[in-house]
Amino acid sequence: MASQQVETGKSALAGEPESASRRAFLRVGAAAGGGLLIDFSIPGFALAAPKAAEREYTLNAYVQIAPNGTITIMAKNPEIGQGIKTALPQIIAEELDADWKDVQVEQAPVDARLYGAQFAGGSFSIPMNYDSLRQVGAAGRAFLIKAAAEKWHVPEEQCDTVPSKVRHTPTGRTLSYGALASSAGAIGAKEQAKQQAAMAAAMARFGRGGQAGPPGAGRGGPPGAARAGGPGPGRGARPGAGRGGPPGGGGPPGGGMFAAAAMPKYKLKDPKDFTVIGKPITGVDNPLIVTGKPLFGIDQSVPGMKYAVYERCPVFGGRAVSANLDEIKALPGIHDAFIVEGSQPWVPDGMQITLVPGVAIIGDTWWAANKALDKLAVQWDEGPGASQSTEKWNRTAADLAGKPPGKVIRKDGDYDKAVAGAAKVVEGSYQYPFIAHAYLEPLNATAHFKDGKVEMWVATQNPAAGQGNVAKTLGIPPSDVTVHVVRSGGGFGGRLGTWYMVEAAYLSKRTGLPIKLLNNRRQDIQHEYYRPAGYHYFKAGIDGQGKLVAFRDHFITFTQDGEKVSDSADLEPGAFPARFVPNLEFAQSMMLLNVPTGPLRAPGDNAIAYAFESFIDEIALAAGKDPLQYRIDLYAPARVLPNPPSPRRSFMKLPDFDTGRVIGVLELVRDMSGWGKRKLPPRTGMGVAFYYSHLGYVAEVIQATVAPEGTVRVDKVWAAVDCGPQIVNPSGAMNQVQGGIIDGLSAALGQQITIDHGRVQQTNFHEFNLLRMNQAPPVEVQFRRTEGVLVTGLGEPALPSAPPALCNAIYAATGKRVRKLPIDPAELVAT
Amino acid sequence: MSYTITINGKAETVDVEGDTPLLWVLRDVLDLKGSKFGCGMGLCGACTVHLNGRATRSCITPISTVGSAQVTTIEGLGESEMGRKLQEAWVAHDVPQCGYCQAGQLMSAASLLGNNPRPSDQDIDDGMSGNICRCCTYTRVRAAIKEAAGLPTADSREV
Repeated sequence: MASQQVETGKSALAGEPESASRRAFLRVGAAAGGGLLIDFSIPGFALAAPKAAEREYTLNAYVQIAPNGTITIMAKNPEIGQGIKTALPQIIAEELDADWKDVQVEQAPVDARLYGAQFAGGSFSIPMNYDSLRQVGAAGRAFLIKAAAEKWHVPEEQCDTVPSKVRHTPTGRTLSYGALASSAGAIGAKEQAKQQAAMAAAMARFGRGGQAGPPGAGRGGPPGAARAGGPGPGRGARPGAGRGGPPGGGGPPGGGMFAAAAMPKYKLKDPKDFTVIGKPITGVDNPLIVTGKPLFGIDQSVPGMKYAVYERCPVFGGRAVSANLDEIKALPGIHDAFIVEGSQPWVPDGMQITLVPGVAIIGDTWWAANKALDKLAVQWDEGPGASQSTEKWNRTAADLAGKPPGKVIRKDGDYDKAVAGAAKVVEGSYQYPFIAHAYLEPLNATAHFKDGKVEMWVATQNPAAGQGNVAKTLGIPPSDVTVHVVRSGGGFGGRLGTWYMVEAAYLSKRTGLPIKLLNNRRQDIQHEYYRPAGYHYFKAGIDGQGKLVAFRDHFITFTQDGEKVSDSADLEPGAFPARFVPNLEFAQSMMLLNVPTGPLRAPGDNAIAYAFESFIDEIALAAGKDPLQYRIDLYAPARVLPNPPSPRRSFMKLPDFDTGRVIGVLELVRDMSGWGKRKLPPRTGMGVAFYYSHLGYVAEVIQATVAPEGTVRVDKVWAAVDCGPQIVNPSGAMNQVQGGIIDGLSAALGQQITIDHGRVQQTNFHEFNLLRMNQAPPVEVQFRRTEGVLVTGLGEPALPSAPPALCNAIYAATGKRVRKLPIDPAELVAT
Repeated sequence: MSYTITINGKAETVDVEGDTPLLWVLRDVLDLKGSKFGCGMGLCGACTVHLNGRATRSCITPISTVGSAQVTTIEGLGESEMGRKLQEAWVAHDVPQCGYCQAGQLMSAASLLGNNPRPSDQDIDDGMSGNICRCCTYTRVRAAIKEAAGLPTADSREV
């Protein structure tokens, strides 16, 4: 389906980055706010001081209005391609009643006191910020109305707004926001003082150290900032994933209780009156992207900077013993070369990696430094990881499958008895590989260490955690680490890691020079944390009517320490079909792993969905039922269930699970796709899958054709998506759903990382295949609206259903089950 | 060694090793950051520029081989009517997600339309499959190319 025409807006960077001064101002303003600001952490209500000497007036930390009517709105979270730099300001602009034509958007500085948790992960930016940013906009609107009423000497109640203007309703006269900017800014400052006093009073009443701490101290802290090196939003990138510490609650991060007590509620618009939310507004940076402006991490430069490449041991956890440094230093364009010991001991946990040992080459140009790698000879101490291989894990997993599990993670009813008494038993095994994030912009960071402080320009999903880890590694306070967040050339969960920031900062400190560190593609693919591989051995029993009565998964996964499951490699005890089968057992065994793992777009779900939704298909067909209707019957009747108990749950209060929404999207996708009604040619088939991921309910049908020689063509995808009551930006939403689905297909069709002798074997895109234009199918999407639930983000929910829907289509086309990803055409040759 | 090349209609003289790829001359010597580094092997197309109007992977094009060819980069794309139309279509269709590949996508699209002003879906597949979009915005790249070409944006491959 053709994409929609969209409205245009603009980004603050349209001219020159004069925004630097504004950022600096905000930082100063925050500092000037003093200690109280730390406790006063409601986004938007913590005010920077009014800009007396400047031309623009600050209504709150998010909104500045210039006398010429330009409204600058801060985008709090990192932009990684999920469209959040456009969507979050839309929410504020709506309630501010700003005309989008007057809006320019700026990336906010990293400051938890002003903006709360600032990270991109888990599709959480929308659900975590929707309500609070509406309040931010509404507060600004209230100040503007107050300012106009004072000017006109009329009661506030007689005033309302039309886009970018306050109107006196009895007379129809108006004042523009620009004309009101100065007095509204002063009112904002007074409001802040009042709220701070109320907050202090509330604190005095309840006593400090009660349930509500300052941001970063506990439940509401910014991701990873308070616990440098600890679990940041990587774990938190899934709903409730924060095993160690939740990266920040919904609206006001930290201090929830006092904040609520002290925070006035401003009147919100009726959603039916929305003029900015719900409109397909084109990305604010688009005009800059299509003209090649320097927006991305890799584009940043600092006067006098040198370029670094950093070679890490091919085996994870290894270290450099010696290298031909003198020879390297003598090469043209090379400034320096040295061995870095790194932070020991090695912890193969993606989110905790800081300074990996390696060899740094510093060049006058990046090309010179990168070319010197051809001549670099290093003697590595590879460490204990060198014996590991994918082949061994495959053998070990098959061996473990038949043995008693290490642990049972969920047990309902009596599985053994039920399966013994079943009319029919179905068995199936599934496995999926490690995959890399392969963001098209290789990891890079620009750092300038000077006078004991470091300033950085980084494309990151997780700036506060980076700030913390840089500070820890360099031995300086986090307040001496300034991180400028710039646009990311893709994130997909991989830029939640922070080691590349640490490396750049370290290299700048060590050389005394501004440094731009940039990976080449081989380094990028071979040194990151990966979506973990996994193995599922299923067995299920159905009764005489085809009803699912017994279900067991023996999940073989990985551990790095022999105790904890590796990051993003766990099976949630509440995973479907738990709670929908009377007798169920989820068993788990683990294999030792030295390869770092971590979140990748729709962590866990991106792989688990393939295994489970493929096996559900097998069960349906064994029962002689239509696979789509079988799913509806499993979830029926429509009802609301409390969210399943889960170790990930502490992250955020999760909404209940509504099986009516599941059934709704399955019925919708059935109708959209002509399910069961299409006449298909030979070796063409349709498959279905449903997955609940990151609060979104998504059902997909895929039609695929398998050529006689086994190659798979995806003919068409239909997707039905229920993401709640409101889509903030329909253009961005559609793009995320279509892109997420094709991304899932890309992984299923071509991607795997294999390990041999402890090393990643793939080096570049000829070995790690990303899907291309000629393989990209048409994707038809419809959104189903549900009122009265959380507004849902869309970076992740559409991805997980795509691989199983494709594999089920392949089964329908060929009668062959895809037991292993990526899909191997050799297994699908016509016989 | 010194090389004089023509970038976006302007002669530039640079002093670099002859094997330096054009991409790194553009980015780090001439400070034209629009062309992107993705793979360094001509596999992803993020670095695509035009040499005499033809899409070329600048990451594997040594400066010594450029000679008198007219180099056009994303920064100069808007100089032509077709380039402007493509840029406008990209904004109107809200094509970018992360946006990192889009300079290369646009340069390949301009090269495609330069040779074939009314491409079919198959022509678009053939002309654009050298450019990876990791965010998978292919649906919109396809539609925006048709928009710029004045063609209906519907996907003829619909089943």
